[in-house]
Amino acid sequence: MIVESFRNKEFIEAILKKIQEKIKKIGFSPKIMEVCGTHTMTIHKFGLRKLLKDSGIEMLSGPGCPVCVTPNEIVEASIDLLSNHRNLILATFGDMTRVPTKKGSLLTSIPAEGSFKKIVYSPEECLNIAKENRDKEVVFLGAGFETTIPSIAFTIIRAFKEKIYNFSLLSALWLIPPPLQAIVKSEEININGFLYPGHVSTIIGKKPYEFIANEYKIPGTITGFEPVDILLGINDILDQILESNPLVTIQYKRAVRPEGNPKAMNMIYEVFEKKDANWRGLGLIPQSGLKLKEELSQFDAERKFNLKIKSQSKDLRGCRCGDVLKGKISPPECPSFGKTCSPESPRGPCMVSFEGACLAYYKYGY
Amino acid sequence: MCLGIPAKVIEIKEDNTGKVDYLGTKIKVNFSLIDDIKVGDYVILHAGFAISKLDEKEVEETLSLLKDFIENK
Ligand code: SF4
Repeated sequence: MIVESFRNKEFIEAILKKIQEKIKKIGFSPKIMEVCGTHTMTIHKFGLRKLLKDSGIEMLSGPGCPVCVTPNEIVEASIDLLSNHRNLILATFGDMTRVPTKKGSLLTSIPAEGSFKKIVYSPEECLNIAKENRDKEVVFLGAGFETTIPSIAFTIIRAFKEKIYNFSLLSALWLIPPPLQAIVKSEEININGFLYPGHVSTIIGKKPYEFIANEYKIPGTITGFEPVDILLGINDILDQILESNPLVTIQYKRAVRPEGNPKAMNMIYEVFEKKDANWRGLGLIPQSGLKLKEELSQFDAERKFNLKIKSQSKDLRGCRCGDVLKGKISPPECPSFGKTCSPESPRGPCMVSFEGACLAYYKYGY
Repeated sequence: MCLGIPAKVIEIKEDNTGKVDYLGTKIKVNFSLIDDIKVGDYVILHAGFAISKLDEKEVEETLSLLKDFIENK
């Protein structure tokens, strides 16, 4: 019932009309970045990118796809583990298995004797797998933002309490505010507003974005995943531009509280600490990733298997995912788009992931 | 991938796990990340966990704002 209202055509038309009036007053075409990959999907699925473009707004996709921002060296490390280590179960979320690297993908790699890969829907499933397979090591390749991280933290706490020591985590965990800072600081592109991710914000609240409004004077709003949410969010950003009053507002009030979810936040920092991390396309960003705390290092796959993950691995030749993630190019500007790269034979994670911008453009047009 | 559509809580067990109805399908969910949850509430799901409780009052407020928009078109 809620969903239907937030997809209601009459509402959509009414907000669009307001948006068009405001654009006339603003007098230029603002560039707005949708940070979250699920926003990208909504915008394409409901044809909003074109509607907005015709109204004078350019939407740019941001770095909000965890599978996409995970650099190839981490995927390659998981492929090495699976193919070189006997009796090892490599568990991960579905789309992670299809990310292509110079070593192939998890899907195409041949596991060592007694080893196999397993697609899971929740990190907690890994614990049952580990309990049922005491003679094997279970490694969870966990890619995610603040939305997913609490569920992984919970899983680690349970493994510790229940002494499930044949379980470990290969961390591809990313924090959303640091890459946004990297993007605005680099000044490679001029962004006039941010649609902040709805579900990351249910966890972190609004405060972590406030530096963008205060220091960089860029408007923004936290918004949901229905077409009406997206348009109300844009309407809000235009108000902030018109009033020269950059803020972080919450349009998605039905799910997001200003303070976020303190219980989940506490759980995250009970288990993890921040580290400098290498992102696809964005490079090394200070304090933008997470690693397990020292006292939980027995669950750290990097340590357990003495993995040497060096940030050297490049994207496959001809793939410009890195530039797509920064909003520097839109997917069709990549020379491989739709030619040598498609969902059936992807050259980069942005064409693989359900949150990837290249897949959104390919699937729904633009 | 974020699931934008909320799920309805239909069962909560003592260990903080239970079931929700998501678009007509019953799914097992862990409620450990949120407090004060009861059967009949709507929640946002992610990776097998409920991460936020839906505030139905806010839904009403947004809808009345939208109705204003239409009337003042
Ligand atoms: S279209 Fe394919 S090759 Fe080009 S950036 Fe996207 S994923 Fe990479």
